[in-house]
Amino acid sequence: MSAPLVVFDKVQKHFGKFVAVKELDFEIREGEFLAIMGPSGCGKTTTLRMLAGLEAPTHGEIRLNGQVMNDVAPHERDTPLVWQSLALFPFLTARENVEFGLKMRGVDKAERKERALRWLEKMGILEFADRDISTLSGGQKQRVALARSLVMEPQILLLDEPLSALDAHLVIRMQAVLTDLQRELGITFVYVTHSQSEAFAMADRVIIMGKGEIAQIGTPKDIYREPANQFVAEFVGRNNILSGTVESVSKDTARITTPSGEFTVPTNEVRLIKGNKASFVISADLVHIAKDEPKGGNKAQCKLISEEFVGSMVTLFLEDAQGHEFKVQMQERELSKFDLKGGDKIWLSWDTQSAHVLNES
Amino acid sequence: MNTNRTLNVILGIYVALIFAFVFAPIIFSMIFSFNSQRFPTIPLGNFTTEWYAKILADPDVWEAALNSLIVSVSTAVIATFLGFCTAYSDFRYNFRFKGPYLALILLPPTIPLIIMALAMLAWFSKIGMSGQIYSIVIAHSVLTAPFAMAVIRLRLNQMDPDLESAAWNLGGSEWATMRHVIIPFCKPAILSGLFLTAAVSFDEFAVSWFVSGLNKTLPVIILEIVQGNIDPQVNAIGTFVFLISMTLVVLAQVFFASRQMKSMKS
Repeated sequence: MSAPLVVFDKVQKHFGKFVAVKELDFEIREGEFLAIMGPSGCGKTTTLRMLAGLEAPTHGEIRLNGQVMNDVAPHERDTPLVWQSLALFPFLTARENVEFGLKMRGVDKAERKERALRWLEKMGILEFADRDISTLSGGQKQRVALARSLVMEPQILLLDEPLSALDAHLVIRMQAVLTDLQRELGITFVYVTHSQSEAFAMADRVIIMGKGEIAQIGTPKDIYREPANQFVAEFVGRNNILSGTVESVSKDTARITTPSGEFTVPTNEVRLIKGNKASFVISADLVHIAKDEPKGGNKAQCKLISEEFVGSMVTLFLEDAQGHEFKVQMQERELSKFDLKGGDKIWLSWDTQSAHVLNES
Repeated sequence: MNTNRTLNVILGIYVALIFAFVFAPIIFSMIFSFNSQRFPTIPLGNFTTEWYAKILADPDVWEAALNSLIVSVSTAVIATFLGFCTAYSDFRYNFRFKGPYLALILLPPTIPLIIMALAMLAWFSKIGMSGQIYSIVIAHSVLTAPFAMAVIRLRLNQMDPDLESAAWNLGGSEWATMRHVIIPFCKPAILSGLFLTAAVSFDEFAVSWFVSGLNKTLPVIILEIVQGNIDPQVNAIGTFVFLISMTLVVLAQVFFASRQMKSMKS
C-alpha cells in the first residue's frame, strides 16, 4: 500500500477548558472515500477544520504528504472544503463563485473562465453560469459549491455535511453524483456527516467518533456487522443489543445469560471471562421470525409492537416478556407470509455466528 | 372592524401632524426663498430668484459652501473607515472588555452636542489645533463614526461567518479576503454609511460653530446672517442645505433598503 496522504498523529484540540478532540490517531489513504461520522458535538467538524487549517491542533501533528501542516495558513493549503452552509459568495454569480479560488491563485482571466465553465458544465449547471446565487435552487447551489472546490483540482476534498440542507430525494441524487465524481477523479474525499445512511452509502471507510475520540474505524460492513462497542452499536442502530453475564467459555463460543434468556455467541478478540458482564449485538436483518417455537439455538419469544416501512423493507419493533426491545428487519413480501398484527406473539431466532460480542467501554 | 378603522384614521392624522410639524417650517422657508418681500409675511409678494442670485454672488457663501463640502466629504471618508474597522473588529474578534469597547465607540451621539462642542474647542485649543478646517473634520468624524459603524455592523451580522473562512480555504490571504469578500459584501452598507455621515456632517452646526474659527461652514454662516438682520438669503441657503442633506439621506436609505430587499430575497 502506498504511503498515507494524511496522518493525524496524537492530535488534540482544546477550546479553553473544553476538549473538543481528545486524541486522534488515524491515516487517510490516497484516493479513498473516508466518512467521519458521529453525533453532534463529537468533534468531527473540528477534525475537518483542523485538516483545512481553520483550527490549529493544541497538541500533536497533522501531516499531509509527509509535511507537517500545523503552522501552514489555511490559504496556503490545497484542501478545499464544501461547507454545510455552502458559504457561496452572494454578491457573485455562479461562475464568479467557481472562479474565486483560481483568482486567488493568480490564474489569468481567460483560463479562469474556461475552467469554471468546464466545471459548471460537468456539474450540469452550465446554463446558470451567469445567474445570481440567490436565484438558484438548493441542489443547484450545492453543485456550484462542489464546482468551486473541485475547480482547484485538489488532491483531497473536504466535505462538511454538505447534503444536510437538501430534500431527501435530492440527497440520494447527490450521493450518486459524489461517489461518481470521487471514482472518476480518483481524489481523496473526507466526508463529515451525522447521517449513517450517507456515510455507509458512499464511504470506503468510516470513522465513528464519540466525545472527541475515535470509537471505531472500518469499512461500513465491518462497522455494521461488528460494532466495536456499545456506543457504535447504538449509534449505528438497526440492531439488537443484549447484555448479561458470561456463563461459560469454550474454544469458539461462549454462553451468556441475559434477562431475555441464555444465548450462545461466537468468541472474538474480546476477552470473555466467566462471571463477568458482557454485551453482544445481532443485526436486525439477521434475525428470523417464526410462529412456532424453533428447536434449540438462540431464540426469544416476543410480542409485536409496531412496524415501520421504508420502501420494500420493513422493520418490526418487538418486546419480550422482560420488556427488552428487539428489532427485526426484513423484506416486506417476506413478512406478508406471516399475516401478523400488533400484539401477536412470535419467536425470534438467529444463528450463533450472527451475534457479535462488544468491547465493554 | 369599526374601532380599527377609527384607530387607523386617528393614527393617520397623528402621523400627518408630525410630518407637518417637521416639514412645515422647511417648506415655508423654501416658499419665502422665492418671495420678493424682505419680511416673511403673508400675503406673499412676487416670485423672485433675487435671493438666490444674491447668495450666488456672495464670496462668503461660496467659501462656506466649499468648506462644508470639504468637511463633509473628508468626514464621510474618515468616519466610514473608522466605522467599518470597529464593526469588523466586533464581527471578527472576541476579546476582553469588548462590551465597554463598543459602548465607548457608540458614546459620542449620546453626549449633548453643546457639551461635545465645548469639550472639542477646549481640547483643540489646548493642543493648538483649533480654528482649522481639519479641526471640524476631526470633531465630525468622532461624532459621525458611530452611525457608519451601526449601519455596517448590521450588514456584517447578516453575513454567513463561514464566508470569510471559505475565502481563506480557497487560497485568499487575509487581505485578499478583505478586498474580495468582506468589502464587496459590505458595499451597500459602506455607501449608506458614507452618505449618512456626509449628511450629518453637512448639517451639523454646534460643533462646527465652536471649533471652526474663521473657516465657516454653511450652517455657521446661516447663523451669522440671521444674527445680523432678517434676510431672505437665509431661506435660499437653507433650501440648498436642506436639498443636499435630503439627497444624501435618501441615497443612504436607498442603499440600506436595496440590500434589505436583496437579503430578504435570498
